[in-house]
Amino acid sequence: VCFIPGGLDCSMAFVSHVLGKVCIHGRQKEILGILVPLLAELTRSDCIWQRICWHLLDCVPDRWMEAVVLGFVQTAPGADALSRLLGNLVVKNKKAQFVVTQKVLLLQYGHTTEVLQNLLGYLSLDSPRRALLLRVLQELLETWSSSSAVKHSPPEQQLYISKAILICLSHLKEPEVQSCRQELLTGMMEGVKCHLDSSLPQLRRLGMVVAESISSKINTEGPVLKFEYEEDDETRELKSLLVQTPPLCVVPSTPDDKSEKTDAALPLVPESNKKSQTAAPVMPDEESDAELDSDDDLIPYDMSEDKELKIKAPVYIRDCIEVLTGSEDVDKWEATVKALESLVRRNPAATREVSVELAKILLHLEEKTCIEGFVELRQRAQVAVLTVDPIPVSKYLTSQFYSLNYSLRQRMDILDVLVLAARELSCPKFHGKTKHSDAQKPRIQLLPGNDSSKDWRRIIDERIKSKTRRFAMGQCHMEEASSPNEFNSVAGYFFFPLIQHFDRPLTTFDLLGEDHLVLGRLVHTLAVLMYLAVNTVAVTAMGKALLEFVWALRFHTDSYVRQGLLSCISSLLLSVPAELLLADMTEELLETQSWLGDVVEKDPDGDCRKLALQNLLLMENLKKKLEAV
Amino acid sequence: MALPPPDPQFVLRGTSAAVQALHFSCGGQEPDIPILFSGSENGFIHVWNLKTHRVDTALDGHGRKSVYCVETMGAKDRLLSQGRDQRICLWDLAEGRTSVTDSVYTEHVGFCRCSLLKVAQGRWLMAMAARGLEEVQVLELPSKTSVCTLKPEVGAKLGMPMCLKLWQLSCGSQPLLLAGYEDGSVIFWNVTMGKALSQLVCHQEPVMSLDFDSEKAKGISGSSEKVLSIWSLNEQQNLQVCKTHKLVNAGISDITIRADKKILATAGWDHRIRIFGWKKLKPLAVLDYHTGTVHCVSFSDHRNPRETLLAAGSKDQRITAWSIYTQT
Repeated sequence: VCFIPGGLDCSMAFVSHVLGKVCIHGRQKEILGILVPLLAELTRSDCIWQRICWHLLDCVPDRWMEAVVLGFVQTAPGADALSRLLGNLVVKNKKAQFVVTQKVLLLQYGHTTEVLQNLLGYLSLDSPRRALLLRVLQELLETWSSSSAVKHSPPEQQLYISKAILICLSHLKEPEVQSCRQELLTGMMEGVKCHLDSSLPQLRRLGMVVAESISSKINTEGPVLKFEYEEDDETRELKSLLVQTPPLCVVPSTPDDKSEKTDAALPLVPESNKKSQTAAPVMPDEESDAELDSDDDLIPYDMSEDKELKIKAPVYIRDCIEVLTGSEDVDKWEATVKALESLVRRNPAATREVSVELAKILLHLEEKTCIEGFVELRQRAQVAVLTVDPIPVSKYLTSQFYSLNYSLRQRMDILDVLVLAARELSCPKFHGKTKHSDAQKPRIQLLPGNDSSKDWRRIIDERIKSKTRRFAMGQCHMEEASSPNEFNSVAGYFFFPLIQHFDRPLTTFDLLGEDHLVLGRLVHTLAVLMYLAVNTVAVTAMGKALLEFVWALRFHTDSYVRQGLLSCISSLLLSVPAELLLADMTEELLETQSWLGDVVEKDPDGDCRKLALQNLLLMENLKKKLEAV
Repeated sequence: MALPPPDPQFVLRGTSAAVQALHFSCGGQEPDIPILFSGSENGFIHVWNLKTHRVDTALDGHGRKSVYCVETMGAKDRLLSQGRDQRICLWDLAEGRTSVTDSVYTEHVGFCRCSLLKVAQGRWLMAMAARGLEEVQVLELPSKTSVCTLKPEVGAKLGMPMCLKLWQLSCGSQPLLLAGYEDGSVIFWNVTMGKALSQLVCHQEPVMSLDFDSEKAKGISGSSEKVLSIWSLNEQQNLQVCKTHKLVNAGISDITIRADKKILATAGWDHRIRIFGWKKLKPLAVLDYHTGTVHCVSFSDHRNPRETLLAAGSKDQRITAWSIYTQT
């Protein structure tokens, strides 16, 4: 496309039409791939080319405007290039404005961060457009802080919106921040509440990062909001968006200050005292001074008794109970906590006498002194007690799960302990040595994250993999020594009490209401218990109860709960023998199948859809297996 | 074949509270009785008669708050005691009196023992932790006038001063101060000029106690960790670490070097007293008698070196006296 410079008036309309038509047909990449770099170069120095470009875009008919603008935004090499190419199109043209400020940011979420940077940078580079930037920020913030959006929109969209907010913040200048400070503050407070309420750790982290960033922007002096969370790639990427690096090319023509560095208010680290010298050992000349060492006269005494001071832990279980309940001696208390698990395992008969009491003490045990790994020690002791005497202790724990006046953490601890004990009971034990510690270590996630659900899903995935047909059989590994599944006799005690009272709210504990986090954990726990109950006698009864439970909760709004419900279905399909499934639960299975189909298509959460798909596959496998029989 | 460690020569019982401070006063000629002063957690200062091994007097001057430092000023009838009631009391014990002649209100709520130095006849300097968090104040006694306040620079997060030692190279020269702080560093101050000459980070944990040998310009410090740190002062008045010694159990409450600079004793949280040779820090003995943390150790100032005793006071309310390495 070449033009005749030198004062000849040409009509751009035809070119615009061509451009628009090509773009609407989906060929944006091809044509703009060539056009945009060319134009970017040409417009860099030449004002006339800029005006030509603007005129070109002005003339694109409205019905093709979206495609063209979108294409430009995606292919432009940088915000300043976009600014040169588009000019004030967004201000003049209503359609372009809609696309840029609403559609790309709020209605779509598939664009890359670069696109967002280009777009928002473009908006920030010129004063008529900055008003739009502020409006955009307000709308983004409204969406970010609305609780229904947080609950129902997919995590990818929320990430996208968060990124957009951070980039907007990075472009804001100080007076603008001051002017919309109040809205930023209210938006942030509402938004952070909804985000922290969510059961998915990713959303909570997003909320925390964005809230921190907003707070650091509006309070440049004084205390800023600081959350504690684990840094990972996502959070680091998000935080890097707050700081704008100046663009590498310097364009002299545009009057705006190109090197707009944002004042990312990172807290200043106080300078450490330079005067302190670190201990640099200076070895004096060892034997070179020949002075008579009268120290040689002093003969050392026998110091072989000088050993590390060890506090002895009690050797009997009842002594442990005494120390844990009453003793003021903190050293002894510490030693007892550390020694308890092995004591319990070594003295099963003695433990059985006092198992419920011990379980009660452990459930209420609080950290008296600062021991490393206290939570893990307590949990292992609880698991030990539960495995040594499953029936009474499980009765106690499940009853306590639904009792008044326990904290959420304690209820979730009960669930964790039940799962770990169930896993241990159902695992084959080698002769003599119980290999519980190694097998469980990589899987136990003790932080109150929902990470344990990922492990369980992994187990189910592996199971599914093992069920798919493989044509090349690898080496068979040695069959592990089989022993009776100890979980068999007690599976019912673990499972049924947990499922019994879920719809009965107590004053302090409402599973179906606010405490959906615990409900999510409960559902995941039931899934694992179901899975571990494979080949037990109670498995069909469990399966039926579980299916009814899932059916009652299938439309729950919390995606973590839904993921749990789908894992329950997976466990069910894997554990209950196929014949029994079809014999006893045919109608329920058909209903479930149609529900799963619905979930695959309509559920906003990607993990739910994946799980539902897996379940459908499992059902297909089941059918095929039965037909083959 | 090494000998088993010796037993204590005698054990003093009767304080009925944990012993926090000890000080000997045995330098007098016959017929002066050798005396041991002990400060306890119940606020009493017991004056032990070392011939009869009984308490001669019990002094109550700190309102039942723990006494954690006792020193004599010159003779044994002038006593200085420091307690948790934020006061330093000066006692007159001559001729059987037991009265507090003067007191200094320190406003210090920590446990930093004050340090005394005789600069001239009848004039003493006392360094103590003062009201400000990181400050050390030096007073002249008995006039109680402030000589200077040693403040570390702003932003140096040293924490409280934990232990102090005033010394001078020779009588009449400048008084100097070594102070150990909560962040594990030791600072060397020039008192007359009121400024810090050198700072050394010796420990990762608070410096619990330190002692200094002015002849060899070498000092030792102990902390709540498992390491003893030996450092020296070079010609440029800079502190440097010479070596460190790792202990079996963590925690040292008190360190003291004997007057003849041959051995030193450490009081440990593991109920044991350790004796080291001072030249090379060779471990010499581990004295295991107490059943509670040993809070303080002190060497006696007998004129006859064969009579030198080492006393240790512990949380188990006993004071043990040991006769160790007295033949030299």
